[in-house]
Amino acid sequence: MTQVEHDHNHNHAAPRSAPPILELINVHAAYGRIEVLRGVDLTVPRGAVLALLGANGAGKTTLLRVISGLMEPTEGDIHLGGMHVSGASPDALTRAGVTMVPEGRGVFPNLTVEENLWLGSYSGRHVDKILTEAYHRFPRLKERRRQLAGSLSGGEQQMLSLARALAADPALLLLDELSMGLAPLIVESLYDRVAEIAEQGVSILVVEQFASSALRVADYAAVMHGGRVVATGEPDEIESVLTELYFGGTA
Amino acid sequence: MDVFVSYTIYGLFFGAAYAIAASGLVLTYTTTRVFNLAHGATSMVAAFVFWQLHVDKGMPTWAAILLVLFVFAPLYGIVLERLVMRRVSDAPVGVMLVMTLGLFLFLIGIAQQIWPSNTSKYRYVTQFFGTKSFPVFGVQMYYHYLITIIAAAACAAGLYVMLNRTRIGTAMRAAVDNRELLQLFGANSNRVSILSWIIGSQMAAVAGILLVAKTGLDYYQLTFLVINAFAAAMLGRLRSLPFTYLGSILLGLAIGYSQYVHGSELLENGLQFALPTLMLFLILIFVPEVRLRVGQVKGVLAANVPSARRALTTGVVFFFLALFVTELLNPTNTLRFGEALVFGITMLSLVLLTGYGGYVSLSQLTFVGVGAAVVCKFNTSSPVAILVAVLITAGVGAAVALPVLRLTGLYLALATMAFGQLMDYLVFNASFMFGFGGKINAKRVSLFGYDFSDTTSYVALELAVFVLLGLGLLTIRRGAVGRLLIALRDSPAACATLGLNQRWFRVAVFSVSAGVAGLAGALMAGLQGYAAPGDYKEFQSLPLLLAAAVAGITTVSGAFAGGLLLMLLPVLAATSTALSGLEFLVLGGGAILLARDPNGLVNLFYRGMRAVVPRMPVPGWVTQRAASAPKPAEVDGEEDEDLDEIPEAQVAGHGVA
Repeated sequence: MTQVEHDHNHNHAAPRSAPPILELINVHAAYGRIEVLRGVDLTVPRGAVLALLGANGAGKTTLLRVISGLMEPTEGDIHLGGMHVSGASPDALTRAGVTMVPEGRGVFPNLTVEENLWLGSYSGRHVDKILTEAYHRFPRLKERRRQLAGSLSGGEQQMLSLARALAADPALLLLDELSMGLAPLIVESLYDRVAEIAEQGVSILVVEQFASSALRVADYAAVMHGGRVVATGEPDEIESVLTELYFGGTA
Repeated sequence: MDVFVSYTIYGLFFGAAYAIAASGLVLTYTTTRVFNLAHGATSMVAAFVFWQLHVDKGMPTWAAILLVLFVFAPLYGIVLERLVMRRVSDAPVGVMLVMTLGLFLFLIGIAQQIWPSNTSKYRYVTQFFGTKSFPVFGVQMYYHYLITIIAAAACAAGLYVMLNRTRIGTAMRAAVDNRELLQLFGANSNRVSILSWIIGSQMAAVAGILLVAKTGLDYYQLTFLVINAFAAAMLGRLRSLPFTYLGSILLGLAIGYSQYVHGSELLENGLQFALPTLMLFLILIFVPEVRLRVGQVKGVLAANVPSARRALTTGVVFFFLALFVTELLNPTNTLRFGEALVFGITMLSLVLLTGYGGYVSLSQLTFVGVGAAVVCKFNTSSPVAILVAVLITAGVGAAVALPVLRLTGLYLALATMAFGQLMDYLVFNASFMFGFGGKINAKRVSLFGYDFSDTTSYVALELAVFVLLGLGLLTIRRGAVGRLLIALRDSPAACATLGLNQRWFRVAVFSVSAGVAGLAGALMAGLQGYAAPGDYKEFQSLPLLLAAAVAGITTVSGAFAGGLLLMLLPVLAATSTALSGLEFLVLGGGAILLARDPNGLVNLFYRGMRAVVPRMPVPGWVTQRAASAPKPAEVDGEEDEDLDEIPEAQVAGHGVA
């Protein structure tokens, strides 16, 4: 399996000597006795956007749960910026700079937009700063700040979820199925925001079942199948691998 | 006029104290989704601790209050969260109720153990500032009442500010929706729920300290007085604090005025005590239907169901074995065994309702009482009396379930509790039933000319009934109805999409379960030769449910073991004063420890036995199997033994992921 090399042309790439933002070595995880991750090796370089693709049940979401601390790996090592973090709690990891936008809607429906963002301050940043930044990035949220998050449209909820995740000023952002249940146009505009965020130097690991929008913003891509990463490379190389995986042939 | 004002003040005092208790309950429910049946027991224990510090050790009032509120209550809240509530929060509602009920009895047991009632010392706590008072509208108002009303207002303000104006309060409201997400926000969700339980315990303690001067220091009085707060909390549908306050004040005033009216003998004695319960029942009827939550599968470990052949064989073997043992017993113990069997039959009704269906009834013994009363009223040895008793009890059961059949498990359980208490207060003691403290005689049934006057033969009859009912239950479980019960328990929403009319199905199940309890009552009356209301008090239903849960509420053998347990524990406790509270400690503690695995002790026992005798054929063979695990093909004869070891699967919402 080829490791992803640092992209020296990337605007915000760290100096060569710095360790990658995320490095997974032989990570295993299981629900009860059902093993879902069977030795995942994956590296996300600092400042890069990596799209993690794969069919239903490949283990993508489980991998994100393990990285964000919601699930403990049964085996293997997770390094975050060179630090060994396997088994750390999700709240500690959030404060350490890994934030996740979970599958579905990562908002509290019975709290207002502003209260949702307020809770983002548990990551350690001041709430005023969070609000200014979020409303600047998503003016729509400012209009709706007194509304319950549950009454927002799907796209707006996803904006709020993104804004909250960015409130932590993350070094690594994990995005799980941003497109789920949203109209294609809204998905496109959300991914435009993701590209902007990446421009600012945030490393992003994005999981998508529908490859095209994720590949558009990605620097690299990896494909999961049967609990392992079976291919990594540039987005256009990966597209051919995907075709093979989805439409016959074996990986 | 003066009298009216003074009863108003009296009512406001109670309303204020209830408001404090009820808002603590609402707080913990809205932030953790755990309905804490033991909230009143917490008040009771706090009041005892207050007595110990203030009266017994002679500490000044303020110091004792500070110690209870800021040392005892927080420590208690932390222990509670770590040892009990953390394991409950994502459990199915039936498990949650059994566990908090376990805590309820456990706390009473602890209080009985630490502060035994058989000392010569009379314990009491007086009002704050004694009888000092000041005039209001021409009557005297105690400072104690004023303090209570101020405390309630302060609690309301404090809670409002905390929940809406502080970050931790907002996080508490958020934690209900999604604990994992809260952690992804960077908050420590365990710390958030610990805080909820600390504040909830503090509020229970405040209510306990304020009420104890009125109720006296008693294990039950205070516990049940705070349960009245359930009615108030229910007016706010366990969510709204303003409505909870409103409900509390209304309830308090109703209690005050009922005493006022009572003076003119308009109301019967029982009604005044039954008011809160009546209010709870009425509110439950008018609570709008709760929407089913989609996508929530809350599997519990299901017991293995023995094949028809094996069940029949073990049933017959069990019958003759038990009969042989009965022959060896002396008359006292034969009677006790007969009692255990009646409990066992009652627990069979719980196996159907709770074990299979996942619904909790907190008044099963009340149904037993109804059955017993009907048989006594007939006072004949004809088996028709038993049949009528069963039918009437089943009808009563349906009548209880009907008003609340739109609602979910928690409300159904509370409705049964209200029903049991109403029967206690208004029906069982009434002259058309047993009469106050009364007792009516019953004749034993005679079948085909045989009169069962010999207790051993009567116990044999009970055994036969138990075995037949057990076999019938297993037949139901194996059939379509059993599968529906399990399906409905695990995902009501999914069943609704299948087109099942859950309301009527639920009423039917509840009614059948009540009928079986009624049969147990009919047998009990025959066994004892009389029936008296004291044997069927609502409160006694609680240890009954817990004994069933501890022994194993999903199996027939669990019901038998539970019956024995429930009969033996009081007998044991009576042997020594050092064992006071034993029954409640064992049942409560057992329920807290075991409720997550409803297959109970018998399951542990059989698993242990299998280590010794690998393929031992045992009645009601139970094995751990996840509800979601694939079921083996139903074939006649033996089930595949290899399937016994299917590991606990991870079910969403089961808390093991």
